[in-house]
Amino acid sequence: MKRRLLLTLISALSLSCLSPAMAQTAPDKVLRFVPHANLTVLDPIWTTAYVTRNHAYMIYDTLFSEDAKGAIKPQMVESYQISKDELTWTFKLRSGLEFHDGKPVTSTDVVASLKRWASRDAMGGILTTFITAYETPDANTFKIVLNQPCGIMLDSLGKASSNVPFIMPARIAATPGSEQIKEHIGSGPFVFKADEFKPGALVVYTRNPKYKSRPEAPSGVAGGRPVHFDRVEWVIIRDPQTQFNALKAGEVDMIEQPSFEQYETLKKTEGIKVEDFAPAGLQFIMRFNHLHAPFNNVKIRQAAMVAMGQQAYINTQVGVPALGRLCRSMYPCGTTYGDEDTGYFTGVANPAKAKQMLQDAGYDGTPVLLMRPTDLASIAKLPLVAKQQLEAAGFKVDFQQMDWATLLARRAKKDAPANGGWSAFLTAWTAGDISNPLTIQMFNAKGQNGWFGWQDEPRLEYLKNRFARTVKPEEKKKIASEIQRVAFETATHAPLGQYQQPSAFRANVSGVLQTPGIPVMWNIKKN
Amino acid sequence: MLSFLLRRIAAVLPVLLVVSLVVFLILRLAPGDPAAAIAGNNATNEDIAKIRTQLGLDSSIPVQYGIWIGRVLQGDLGYSFYLSKPVTELIAQRIEPTLALALGTVILAVLIAVPLGTLAAWRMGGWLDRLLSGFSVAGFSIPVFVIGYLLIYLFAIRLEWLPVQGYKSLLDGTGGAGAGAWTWMRQLILPWMTLAMIYVALIARVTRASVSEALTEDYIRTARAKGLTERAVLLHHALVNAAVPIVTVIGIGVALLIGGVVVTETVFAIPGLGSLTVDAVLNRDFPVIQGLVLLFSVSYVMVNLLVDLSYLFLDPRIRY
Repeated sequence: MKRRLLLTLISALSLSCLSPAMAQTAPDKVLRFVPHANLTVLDPIWTTAYVTRNHAYMIYDTLFSEDAKGAIKPQMVESYQISKDELTWTFKLRSGLEFHDGKPVTSTDVVASLKRWASRDAMGGILTTFITAYETPDANTFKIVLNQPCGIMLDSLGKASSNVPFIMPARIAATPGSEQIKEHIGSGPFVFKADEFKPGALVVYTRNPKYKSRPEAPSGVAGGRPVHFDRVEWVIIRDPQTQFNALKAGEVDMIEQPSFEQYETLKKTEGIKVEDFAPAGLQFIMRFNHLHAPFNNVKIRQAAMVAMGQQAYINTQVGVPALGRLCRSMYPCGTTYGDEDTGYFTGVANPAKAKQMLQDAGYDGTPVLLMRPTDLASIAKLPLVAKQQLEAAGFKVDFQQMDWATLLARRAKKDAPANGGWSAFLTAWTAGDISNPLTIQMFNAKGQNGWFGWQDEPRLEYLKNRFARTVKPEEKKKIASEIQRVAFETATHAPLGQYQQPSAFRANVSGVLQTPGIPVMWNIKKN
Repeated sequence: MLSFLLRRIAAVLPVLLVVSLVVFLILRLAPGDPAAAIAGNNATNEDIAKIRTQLGLDSSIPVQYGIWIGRVLQGDLGYSFYLSKPVTELIAQRIEPTLALALGTVILAVLIAVPLGTLAAWRMGGWLDRLLSGFSVAGFSIPVFVIGYLLIYLFAIRLEWLPVQGYKSLLDGTGGAGAGAWTWMRQLILPWMTLAMIYVALIARVTRASVSEALTEDYIRTARAKGLTERAVLLHHALVNAAVPIVTVIGIGVALLIGGVVVTETVFAIPGLGSLTVDAVLNRDFPVIQGLVLLFSVSYVMVNLLVDLSYLFLDPRIRY
């Protein structure tokens, strides 16, 4: 009897053990997504980290949003009017918008959120210089009163990438921008489950049943936001091989950024498909330190740019020719301000010409201190190419390898390279961050108060100011091109090629929207 | 015995103080700035300086250490720079998977290695002994992550018996997805097997050597002469007398586990202390690193203490 009971127990346990189904929630109602990074900070205004921005798109809504063609469309806003003197913008919110805590979204919440956003965001800061006052005549209406006509109102309010002006309750938005918010309540299509959040492991969202989707079809991050899942889980898996194995086994439905090395394997694997939700892609760049020799000499910076060949960066770092694209423009090719009229910069390495330019510039052999982040696989190979191309042109290179955290700390140092500073580093930007001259950090030319590299170029600041004041699109495009011309002339940074970073999905996943680099979870279905 | 115990526990405090000081100094003197890491790609020097002030990193190193150690003495390990959560809460969240992985590995390794090593010593030169030698070489030589990937390929991808990755707490029932006992075990079987391989090799080799040495002793010959069964000779005479080095190597193994745990947690996406440590180091999250190092130090000292105490029971000749 005992033996029979034991056998029965063993059989039952074995069956349970061998059963492939793990989840207790109906699998087709749960979307499991592997983000490109661990979600640590939850405040999208406090940090510019893309993973935090993507998290914020889940739970917050925006006043305006960018559609698939790059046009800014109303989102929480029902309608808006501009006064004849172009100094007062009146916005009306859609009725019935509600935060996850059940409270209505009011104009007071909007103004508090915009103020906090503007205290952190570069473009928000520029917009603030135009603003005389915010007014809230009623709960559904807010006004922005300007001191002069402004050409970046909608671009700013509909800004798709970090920092995005997300709308949160006024009591939360009252937190100073320099401090992180403690509550995460939005009015977006998903509700953040704080009680299930395990940093480094799992982020859980549930469908917001009260979300009021716009009637228009989804396009980019604009339009309707239909949700087809009860629950979305962000599963943090660091190891690319484990990500691949989990997708193959059906334990996850989507990997945001599989490694390039797996691209061909993923394409050939049954049950998996590869799709790109961010057609504008990303761009590699090399940033010069304008404060110290040798790159404090514009002629030497120009020589370095002539030495750069984009194809080598794409071949080495991406490794899949089909995913790369030569693009000389500092704005991503294919976007509104993309412009390949780039003068002396061809994007094709010309070491002989660069060598001659170096000689003409009187280069004295001061080494270029080039920093390489060994632990950041997405850009770790770029400095190897840069070293080779610079040396081919006659530069002396002091190649310093370090981890990313050390590089971040070192690039903030204004000391000379020999005293702990640096000469150049390479990084990558998503198209959303470099599609507008006001959001390109390398165009921040305020000298010591500017972005790392500390270029001091009043012409750039003047042109950006003109751009911000200009309303007509064709006029803006001309100024954007003029900004790029000055940027190439002064060699702010070198664009090193554009590339795509496709995502991998289970074959039954459909409805993935094309966006400016943001993986949105609405409109997605599992068949 | 009691005075020995008190002396050993008292000796732990200066060890921990020195460890905390060394770790604190190494972190502060190492390149890298948590404020720059937090500020991100868009930050300016001004943003970084503001964050540094908020984190208290603009004070001198002795002042920072004084503040930190003062809090530690009150049981407060501080706040994570990155996650804005108390370090104690983070450790509490992550300790269960690591404990489950580490304890399960040790138990599995001991259950396999000790009988295997004993039998190999008993039949020295036989097929089992040779198999053990081969297994030991493989166990020591193949990196943990390679074993992990091979096991995943076989049991999760090909046979679809076990999950590839993830960990759901045995105690956690949130979202209707809390793990039952078998679900909990299923997700740990491959990590246990992966991490146990090297410890099976280590413990089995030492067991074999110790037992084979004991088997040459006079008391074994006497036991056999008395007519005891081979099983009684092996279990009650050889193995018991060989226990001290075996327990010592198990203790060392526990101390060495942390390295293997980090890799295993990464391969199987287990959110334990190993991945918390890696994240904290990469982000220069000083309070978390300091808290974890203190925790690991206390664990090592305690394991050593337990091993020393176990000698009293294993070898009556030992007295403290």
